[in-house]
Amino acid sequence: MTYFITQFINGLQIGAIYALIALGYTMVYGIIKLINFAHGDLMMVGAYIAFFALSNWGLPIYLAAAVSMVGTAILGVVIDRIAYKPLRDASRLSALITAIAVSLLLQNACMLLFSSSPRRFPTVTANLPTISIGNSTVNVIVFISIALAIALMIILNLFVNKTRIGKAMLAVSEDMRAAQLMGINVDFIVSLTFAIGSALAAFAAVLYLFSYPQIEPYMGAMPGIKAFIAAVLGGIGIIPGAMVGGFLLGIIESMAKAYIPSAFSQVTDAVVFLVLILVLLIKPSGLMGKPEKVKV
Amino acid sequence: MPKKKIRSYLINIAAALLVFSVVYLALQLGWINSYYRSILILICINSIMTISLNLATGLLGELCLGHAGFMAVGAYTAALISLNSGLSPYLSLTLGILTGAVTAGITAFIVGIPALRLRGDYLAIITLAFGQIITILIRSLGFTGGALGLNGIPLLTDFPLTFWMLIVTMYIVYALIRSRQGRAILAIREDDIAAEASGINVTHYKMLAFVISAMLAGVAGALYAHYQGVLTPEKFDYNYSIDFMVMVVFGGMGSITGSILAAVVLTILPQLLYGFSDYRMLLYSILLIALMIFKPSGLLGQKELSQRVFQRLGRQLWGKKAQTVPAETDIPTTVVDEDTYLTEQGSGDSGVGGSSTRGQENLPVSGTPIAEAEGKHQERLGLDTQGDEPLARKQKGRR
Amino acid sequence: MHLLEVNEMSIQFGGLKAVDDITFSVDKGEILGLIGPNGAGKTTIFNLLTSVYTPTSGDILLNGKSIVGNTTWQTVDSGMARTFQNIRLFKNLSALDNVRIGFHGLEHYSLAATLLRLPSYWRDEKALTQKALAILDIFGLKDIAGVQAQNLPYGQQRKLEICRALASNPQLLLLDEPAAGMNPTETQELMSMIRFVKEHFDLAIILIEHDMSLVMNICERLIVLDYGRIIARGLPEEIKQNQAVITAYLGNPLEEEA
Repeated sequence: MTYFITQFINGLQIGAIYALIALGYTMVYGIIKLINFAHGDLMMVGAYIAFFALSNWGLPIYLAAAVSMVGTAILGVVIDRIAYKPLRDASRLSALITAIAVSLLLQNACMLLFSSSPRRFPTVTANLPTISIGNSTVNVIVFISIALAIALMIILNLFVNKTRIGKAMLAVSEDMRAAQLMGINVDFIVSLTFAIGSALAAFAAVLYLFSYPQIEPYMGAMPGIKAFIAAVLGGIGIIPGAMVGGFLLGIIESMAKAYIPSAFSQVTDAVVFLVLILVLLIKPSGLMGKPEKVKV
Repeated sequence: MPKKKIRSYLINIAAALLVFSVVYLALQLGWINSYYRSILILICINSIMTISLNLATGLLGELCLGHAGFMAVGAYTAALISLNSGLSPYLSLTLGILTGAVTAGITAFIVGIPALRLRGDYLAIITLAFGQIITILIRSLGFTGGALGLNGIPLLTDFPLTFWMLIVTMYIVYALIRSRQGRAILAIREDDIAAEASGINVTHYKMLAFVISAMLAGVAGALYAHYQGVLTPEKFDYNYSIDFMVMVVFGGMGSITGSILAAVVLTILPQLLYGFSDYRMLLYSILLIALMIFKPSGLLGQKELSQRVFQRLGRQLWGKKAQTVPAETDIPTTVVDEDTYLTEQGSGDSGVGGSSTRGQENLPVSGTPIAEAEGKHQERLGLDTQGDEPLARKQKGRR
Repeated sequence: MHLLEVNEMSIQFGGLKAVDDITFSVDKGEILGLIGPNGAGKTTIFNLLTSVYTPTSGDILLNGKSIVGNTTWQTVDSGMARTFQNIRLFKNLSALDNVRIGFHGLEHYSLAATLLRLPSYWRDEKALTQKALAILDIFGLKDIAGVQAQNLPYGQQRKLEICRALASNPQLLLLDEPAAGMNPTETQELMSMIRFVKEHFDLAIILIEHDMSLVMNICERLIVLDYGRIIARGLPEEIKQNQAVITAYLGNPLEEEA
């Protein structure tokens, strides 16, 4: 039982990270109907920025996280302006290929700049207490991570549902053209969406590094795909869906790692993909999505 | 088969033969050294991959990010057959190519089931995942040699084999596109809702195109296995899939000859540029973004280098009608036959100019119109000839 | 037996009943007009008839057989074809190819025939190209058969869409605002074409149209919708006098529009 609880908590932690990244996917998809394949790589860039802020500039961790969030947000907006904006009216395929290309660009630029050898994120959790559950212990940072992630999601929800700008975002995701006619500055809203999504990814990167302190140019790929799957699981385009999907996927993965015999350890990644396939077969609109209504 | 068609086919076969014999002769006479011979083979294999990916992406309009995965399935299948069957080398190679195609096709079918029923970009994600999983799977399975890979696969792939497999691939894709099945595939790319409303079973034809695309990738994989002699799972990673995607986009989504052109350029370029490999993916990504923004149709767009292009080029070069045609490649694939039927009424002079240009073989289908036959007996169709029997009624005695 | 019978058909989107308990029928050789203010549910009815949406309740019978639960292409195969309010052509394909795609369900040569270029391929392709050109000819589009659909002027695009729908050999043709964006001369021309096509192909037609002169002229019967319900039905003359209809159009007398 103890084992189960610790695994569950681990699942919540990785789930919180997936949820934060999934939010970026879902918000961008909701607004411009694009799978931003580069989103996972934005998380990777966020990790590098946090790393340099922490170990080269000697900033404290919370400032390093803030710097990383701001830097990644700016990068996200720049990417949208340069690469995606010219393609707003182009075919979906063109936009999708561009997203793939941006992902490649970030990975390979980082590889040339920082080399492919992994860097170690400094341990910031060494002095923190641990909490014992039965006979195993969990570092308090795990709980802090989960709490911070949830707090951030609550803020995001309030922002989207209660503020004028947040409502404008919802309006744009409902119908971009109509929103424009209502006097909403669509370009601003899209940029804002990229900024928020990217900042959340950077925050997720910092949380990720607490548990997996390795930084390398391809580190964003797998969490990126998994977070996308989380977004689909919850219902792509739906903000609360991304949160639920993220946590659920984290728990599923954590349980799979815990209970699948180690001989098949390599297959645990596949479990996540199995989730995707099942969702697409059974309820493609996701857990919280409404069935897609085709506009004819 | 209409007479004009026969001529067109013959010209294409002759052109392919000509290109083949020139290169083959050069190989036999030792004008092309073994290094360039292996590049030639690689060009053919990459061309098959690019054309097959073009079928899924350029013609069907679905993004496939795990095409190297299907190649891997074909490669490992064929390699295992060659290593274990105990048949004579060429028999096992033939068997390997066929089984490689079939297993890759079956894999694609399974991969396609969850994604192709749906509207949206799910195939991109599923194939991305598939590309990752297949390498993991190959690494963890015993009979695939695991991370060490397979060694000692007989080196049976030579230039003639890959060249003619490329020609077969081109023929298959062309033949497919100029048919009711192919038109259905193009219709889905253009507008899936309208396609369905025209009586097309969208899922069925998406699956058809995707499976054929994967089967051709399987063939390329089988050839590759017997070209390289060694297979490791890492070879077929995400970046390898992206290589082919870059070739498709660069050559022009929907253009078969464009695919070959791109495969030629992008296979040779890395060999020429020293230190290119470090920057390759970076350059590719920038190339892709720039193409999408400034020329999303790629080098040739949906156009083809065809007999007609060379005829026009020839005419210009020899100054017969130099003023007539501006842009040389301005013939959209799908319009060629009717367009020319209606505007030019079949240009009489043949002549395959430029067949010395490698990889631009003139293709079976791009030439003369099916509509030709009708062009001759242009009795007025429709209104008055039909009398009181509604013309559509003759199509099928449905009621 | 009616050609098309719609029985108590409804569809609900969330809390909204977009189409509410609608019953009507169409007979062979008839032109039925479907009119009503914007958002009355006209296009939704077309989407229901062609199985793009599945009704929440009720039944749709074509030739006495229920088509509820069919996929769209099956419905097309069983004899119903449509055009779209906002033109949906295969833009990068030629006009001829657009029509040839319409024939899809009627050609049956196999994949093997395609890949091996068997005689059945040549025979069917030739026949179908002829038929496609014949249909284009009816609409005066034969000369532009080779032109990419996206390069055609608006009016011709509308006609081409009708050609494509006719190619599937329907018994019932659904036209969604075929005259939208056309000038009076073009509309006039279109009207006579619709009449001609109806006779020539022995069709029933359901027509959604805002152009009242067209509707009143060509339709034998009218159904007026408002908020997803039928508020009036009858001959054009009766509808013109109908008080409910006049109110639905916000007191805007139809005579003025006509």
